[in-house]
Amino acid sequence: MKKKPVNQCAAFEKAAADRRRETYVLRLYVAGINRRSEAAIRNVKALCEEHLQGRYELEVVDIYQQPTLAKGEQIIAAPTLIKALPEPLRRFIGDMANKERMLVGLDLQPRKKS
Amino acid sequence: MAKRVRRGKLEPLEKCPTGISGLDEITEGGLPRGRPTLVCGSAGSGKTLLGMEFLIRGITSFNEPGVFMAFEESAQELAENVASLGFDVPGLIARKKLLIDHVRIERSEIEETGEYDLEGLFVRLGAAVDEVGAKRVVLDTVEALFGGLPNEAILRAELRRLFRWLKTRGLTAVITGETGERTLTRYGIEEYISDCVIFLDHRVNNQIATRRLRVVKYRGSKHGTNEYPTLIDEDGLSVLPITSLGLSYPVSRDRVSTGVPRLDAMLGGKGYYRGSTVLLSGSAGTGKSSLAATFADSICRSGKRIIYLSFEESADQIIRNMQSIGVNLKQWREKGNLVFNTVRPTLQGLEMHLAMIRKMVKAFKPHAIVMDPISNLISVSDRIDTKAMLMRLIDFLKNQGITAVFTSLTTGGLELEQTEEGVSSLMDTWLLVKMVERNGERNRLLYVLKSRGMSHSNQVREFRLTDDGIVLTDVYLGGGEVLTGSARMLQEMQDRVQTEVAAADAARRKRELDIEKADLRADLDALKARLANIEAEQNLAQRGETTRIETLGQRRRSLSRSRQAD
Repeated sequence: MKKKPVNQCAAFEKAAADRRRETYVLRLYVAGINRRSEAAIRNVKALCEEHLQGRYELEVVDIYQQPTLAKGEQIIAAPTLIKALPEPLRRFIGDMANKERMLVGLDLQPRKKS
Repeated sequence: MAKRVRRGKLEPLEKCPTGISGLDEITEGGLPRGRPTLVCGSAGSGKTLLGMEFLIRGITSFNEPGVFMAFEESAQELAENVASLGFDVPGLIARKKLLIDHVRIERSEIEETGEYDLEGLFVRLGAAVDEVGAKRVVLDTVEALFGGLPNEAILRAELRRLFRWLKTRGLTAVITGETGERTLTRYGIEEYISDCVIFLDHRVNNQIATRRLRVVKYRGSKHGTNEYPTLIDEDGLSVLPITSLGLSYPVSRDRVSTGVPRLDAMLGGKGYYRGSTVLLSGSAGTGKSSLAATFADSICRSGKRIIYLSFEESADQIIRNMQSIGVNLKQWREKGNLVFNTVRPTLQGLEMHLAMIRKMVKAFKPHAIVMDPISNLISVSDRIDTKAMLMRLIDFLKNQGITAVFTSLTTGGLELEQTEEGVSSLMDTWLLVKMVERNGERNRLLYVLKSRGMSHSNQVREFRLTDDGIVLTDVYLGGGEVLTGSARMLQEMQDRVQTEVAAADAARRKRELDIEKADLRADLDALKARLANIEAEQNLAQRGETTRIETLGQRRRSLSRSRQAD
């Protein structure tokens, strides 16, 4: 094997920078159109526009219309937002009103030390 | 089971038969139809299996498709787990009769961001129910949600809604829950399911595990309230509603041979009554097992079937040992007349033994059964339990008209006419084999202690194990004592010698007398001859005298004439 010194630090920086440019694949599952669903859609859209402009794909799925998707995606609660990409997969349940948790969960803001 | 429901009286509450052996009897028809039933129990108590069997039997026996919503195991795992019980889960899934939805919740993936409900779960369940046209639903273990989702208040509200939803859809549901510390379920969901609660228990007593099932409540229906022993085996779950059935069994006048002709003779000439219970008791090595095996052999010989339950020896060992007394049990096993069941009593609790025996009896339909020995069961439990168990067993066997032979080891210190289990009063016939030690050897004596309903011998017989089986010999009764074994043989020999000597003596005496008689006769003849001689001589003398007198007279007359005398 070739022995070539790797600048670990630089590699990490590069990865982090890549991450900042990564495209987010999001799927929002709602159960019909109701107050909670509407709130969730509105909140997710607002957050994406604010933090992920131009690098996100958001799909809204009504599980009443496509119940088989609910099984495939392991949906239990509604509304549920799934962050499929970038890894790791994460699920957000609720009406997405807690913006801080959203940002932390989407790796857009470092987790607070507690 | 199903028939019972249809035949039954007007039921205010419609029931949904589970098809699980015994459970429908306890619940008098099954679970409440169209309502949720809570099945709770500790880990490993068989909740999941009960749920799965409820669905599978529902499909195979009642053509009611089902949905299994698994919160803990995947469909693959579930299918594998029950495959050993002979349930073809993949087949049922392929035929669209069964649907398994694995609800996977990763706590680490989930971020709660506000208000939510469990509509996702409802949609999935609803879709699954519609897909197969399900009538039955199992939620196993719905409480897993509590571990996966953070907001308990929402969960509780949603679960309440879920159970209501199941009811409105008319689904008969089994909801499982793990036992909590003070509550039936860890999160107290029994609060929401109030129609029927079944509790499964898996307890260990004296290192022996017993499964039990209890119907804690059943709204609007009668149900058995006892704890019932439960069995999980290759046929799935079975609950055993074992109750003493009262003393109303039919009795038989038929007789079955004991396998020992002399013993039959002792028992009114014909042997045991069919369907009676026989106790063979005695101390160690008295030949109880041999007697039982001989009986088994005789049953098989007459073309009937028998179960041999051994708590001490393996089947092969019994076969080998019995070969030594000329009883070939192997052939019967091969022909299928004889089934061995050899387990250590400590393998399972008494109830399980009973359950197992019942199961075997139902499957094999034997004419007789041998339990060798019952005294070992005591090692599993105490005396009272053992007696209760045997009583149930005897009731069960009597009801089926099965002749039962039990052996019981009398341990030292106990009276011979007493069994450790105190079961002698349950027995119809009691044979006692006793060891007698004398002149440096031990011999066996057999006698009939009791035999209900027949005139039986009061005689003690010597019980011998020979190469050709069991032989009963009359004991030597003479000189006011009972002799057995070589003492008996010695005595018999001595007797024989004495008789021979006496006979010889008599013959000699007879010969002597004959000789004497002959001698006397000879003497008599000689005397007679002499007498004849003497008489002849006498006659002769008489005749000479007469002649002489006559001659003298004639001479005198002729002389006178010559003298001319007048």
